[in-house]
Amino acid sequence: MARSVSTRSKVLNTAVAGTLGFLMVFPILWILILSLKTEEDAIRAPLEVLFNSGWTFDSYGAVQARSDYFKHFFNSVIISVGSTFLGLMIAIPAAWAMAFVPGKRTKDVLMWMLSTKMLPPVGVLVPIYLIFRDTGLLDSRLGLTLVLMLINMPIIIWMLYTYFREIPGEILEAARMDGASLRSEILYVLTPMAVPGIASTVLLNIILAWNEAFWTLNLTAAKAAPLTAFIASYSSPEGLFYAKLSAASIMAIAPILILGWFSQKQLVRGLTFGAVK
Amino acid sequence: MSLKKVLMMSMTGFGLTVASFASAEEITIATVNNNDMIVMQELAPRWEKLTGNTINWVVLEENVLRQRTTQDIATNGGSFDIMFIGAYEAPIWGKNGWLTSLNDFGDDADYDLEDIFQLVRNGLSADGNLYAVPLYSETSFTFYRTDLFEKAGIAAPTEQPTYTEFMEMAAKLHDPENGIYGTCQRGKAGWGENMAFVGTLANAFGARWFDENWQPQLGSAEWNNAITYYVELMTKYGPPGATANGHNENRALFKDGKCATWIDATSAANDIRNPANSKVADVTDFFQAPKQETDKGTGWFWSWALAIPASSTKADTAKDFLKWATSKEYFQMVGETKGWVAVPSGTRASIHEDPRLLEAAPFAETIKNAIFSVDPADPTRDPVPYTGVQFVAIPEFQGIGNYVGQQVSAALAGQQTVEQALANSQQFAVREMTKAGYIK
Repeated sequence: MARSVSTRSKVLNTAVAGTLGFLMVFPILWILILSLKTEEDAIRAPLEVLFNSGWTFDSYGAVQARSDYFKHFFNSVIISVGSTFLGLMIAIPAAWAMAFVPGKRTKDVLMWMLSTKMLPPVGVLVPIYLIFRDTGLLDSRLGLTLVLMLINMPIIIWMLYTYFREIPGEILEAARMDGASLRSEILYVLTPMAVPGIASTVLLNIILAWNEAFWTLNLTAAKAAPLTAFIASYSSPEGLFYAKLSAASIMAIAPILILGWFSQKQLVRGLTFGAVK
Repeated sequence: MSLKKVLMMSMTGFGLTVASFASAEEITIATVNNNDMIVMQELAPRWEKLTGNTINWVVLEENVLRQRTTQDIATNGGSFDIMFIGAYEAPIWGKNGWLTSLNDFGDDADYDLEDIFQLVRNGLSADGNLYAVPLYSETSFTFYRTDLFEKAGIAAPTEQPTYTEFMEMAAKLHDPENGIYGTCQRGKAGWGENMAFVGTLANAFGARWFDENWQPQLGSAEWNNAITYYVELMTKYGPPGATANGHNENRALFKDGKCATWIDATSAANDIRNPANSKVADVTDFFQAPKQETDKGTGWFWSWALAIPASSTKADTAKDFLKWATSKEYFQMVGETKGWVAVPSGTRASIHEDPRLLEAAPFAETIKNAIFSVDPADPTRDPVPYTGVQFVAIPEFQGIGNYVGQQVSAALAGQQTVEQALANSQQFAVREMTKAGYIK
């Protein structure tokens, strides 16, 4: 039976949720506002910026004229999508093994994988940089795809492991009894049932890889630089580039925001997969 | 003309074109995002057209660039063929053998290396070898509002004032109720931020970073006097929240008419005096940064320059670009295409004597004189074992400078006393210098 909620509670909940939502979106909203101002207006006091200055798209034009947005965008797409799908190819069998044929050390392995996320990335920067230098992977999309795949691998495996654990092992057993091979079992039985979970894992990892700024800035120069490097090129401690920096930021986050907007249903469904079962 | 002849001539022409571009190379330049480099990026296609070579630009924020280039050059990564570096890095990296020597630029009569100010060349050299060529150089001087000085009945100093006199001026000019602060100075922590100003202030008060035996001197009475003065000046006559203000924030405040005085980089003068960008373009003038116990090291010295890492495999092409981008012709090209007020200052004598520059930017002479009043080799009242005015040209300085900057910023914010800040700084500096082997 549905729990009755008073109108007062509804209004209060809506107000609290609305306020929290506004606070969360405010930085992006402010960046959007600054991107539509001239450099001189962008540095004024907040109220003046809002009510006492004009609006212009000049910064977007200037950014596009000075930098090759599409080259950076293309690099971001390849690196984030590539690292996610490469990661999935390894993570799905790994998560299957841990969820359905766990060994004595499965939990330790899972914890060990998670522990790699606890190491500050700068701690391994120099060794990785030297390996990349010697293997010719510096400033290459392949190198960056590999690094981001490895960095996000623990999260992919953990998420998939959690989803797979929710799927009854008996269904897989039934498939096996019907003569399904291991490959068929994973591809045609397990994967279709875990689609919401896999989809949300894919989306979350694309977002993480898209926004990753430490490795993408340190391992690239001109050829493989993604949109994070594009944003960084408009930051300056000497000279005013707030409007252009804001325009570059909006251009960099717009694709991932749009992707998130259209797939939010899928993302929420996947993230609450276990809870609603 | 027969068809055969036309074909022959076309093929010869095509062959020559191919030959001239056969050696065409692609070079990668790592740089910061500032107005002078934006202009260079806009003009660089002319060099590309001239030579057939192409340039990949990697533009990064200054601190990210410093970290990224240091990492690449120290590991012999070879990601960049040209790096935009400062007067701090050039001698240190040169000494380490990380940069290609540019001594042969002196043999090129057209380039005229001697035309670049000796002081600037010295700042970019180590052990007599030139490791970078400058795009622009700067010192610090005082920006002041002529209208507010007149209103407050203060005569603009004709001689270098003292910091005591400077505080008296700030007191008279301070009018926060009408949105005017007596002075705006850097408060944001960092060796390139607050410590640039604080370093010159400390020099003026007779302080030094190290004595002749590399013993840190941050616990000295001179440092105490300087930081006490700084905290008092900023607390009484500075804008609120000054610990968040670096160069950019103060530049924005000054341009918006909120500051009566500002001691900062001469390179900001063009922007402040440009009516299209600034509300105070017509009512701003300049005088020397103040002195106190001494007039040595009262204005800083900095130069942004182009260098070639030793790891570059395209050093010849990189040298060709460097010569083009720092030649007399390049500066003239900037003047003719972007206006003479946009010409980078403080590098070439012939450009500073050009009547077109003097007409468009009458303050160029003041900047030149200010730069010439600085001597990085003799920056303090008492003798020191280092060079550098607002920095000490040793690799350990970045860490020490940043730490001291944080301590000074915390003192300004009222989180600790000046004495505590300097005691912490002294302890940290002793530890770092001992670790690095300077103190036995």
